[in-house]
Amino acid sequence: MSGDWPLWEVFVRSRRGLSHSHAGSLHAPDAQMALRNARDLFTRRGEGVSIWVVPAAAITASSPDEKDPFFEPAADKVYRHPTFYEIPEGVQHL
Amino acid sequence: MSGEPTEPGALATTTGAGVTPGTTAWAAVALADDALVLSHRLGEWVGHAPALEEEVALANIALDLLGQARFLYSLAGDEDELAYLREERAFRNAQLVERPNGDFASTIVRQLFFSTYQELLYQELAAAEPAGELGALAAKAVKEVAYHRDHATQWTLRLGDGTPESHRRTQEALDGLWRYTGELFDPLEGLAIRTDTLRQPWLASVTEVVTRATLTMPEGTERISWAAGGGRQGVHTEPFGRMLAEMQHLHRAHPGASW
Repeated sequence: MSGDWPLWEVFVRSRRGLSHSHAGSLHAPDAQMALRNARDLFTRRGEGVSIWVVPAAAITASSPDEKDPFFEPAADKVYRHPTFYEIPEGVQHL
Repeated sequence: MSGEPTEPGALATTTGAGVTPGTTAWAAVALADDALVLSHRLGEWVGHAPALEEEVALANIALDLLGQARFLYSLAGDEDELAYLREERAFRNAQLVERPNGDFASTIVRQLFFSTYQELLYQELAAAEPAGELGALAAKAVKEVAYHRDHATQWTLRLGDGTPESHRRTQEALDGLWRYTGELFDPLEGLAIRTDTLRQPWLASVTEVVTRATLTMPEGTERISWAAGGGRQGVHTEPFGRMLAEMQHLHRAHPGASW
């Protein structure tokens, strides 16, 4: 039966101030039931204070085939890292 | 969890474990029996539920109820003795919770009827003065039960307003289980609150869900037709004996067995 149900991706925020992280996926007939299934599957040990569910079909993902043009050019561009600056004294959280 | 086996049959009375009628412990055992028996019924879905996600949901509800039962039994005596060594007639759960799972619609309607009742009951117990141990449990468990009711509500809406087949099955479940609902509001000795006053809000809440689900409220009596008494008097329906045998056989074959 769950084979007929669409797939949902579940994002859980573990506590206030943090952002939602991907926790897993599940099947559910609609969004409201997906939220409830997510509560039962991913927050039963107190893992979360907020849940998002997103239809898996609504997510556009980068493809493994595009990995090189997408990500490799960034590997040798060290000047994009902020390592060429003198950090003024007294700045603690940079 | 005592490892001391009790003589089988020693608790085979309607009082059970020497708990005195009219005490808080007396009421606690009846409420615990409701929770334990429904927990076991829901547990029977594990391995058989229509979807893996739903199986986890039902098992979660079962475990919540089991936790409530354990606390309530501990107010009256030894949990294992009360759960595993009493005979059928010593159980005082309402007959609604012992009804077989049937199809999924039947399980959901049973849950809607029971969780709506249990939420109202726990709300009242939590607000009663003095709250006592029952009030403390109720205040904590009412949040669990609110979720159980929501789960049953969501499914009732989808089954009732789903396909012609799911609509038909859910209506049959409503009509078939209706006769077991009246007993929930019978007086329960030892309770600090009145249970008959819960019926109006219960009816309003259930009617709202049933109507929204495009289903029809049953019109027949909310009572079983025979007058021998109900589950609260230790009178049970026929499938209960088989359920109890399955639930108790391990402990009776291996007294004091533990994981």
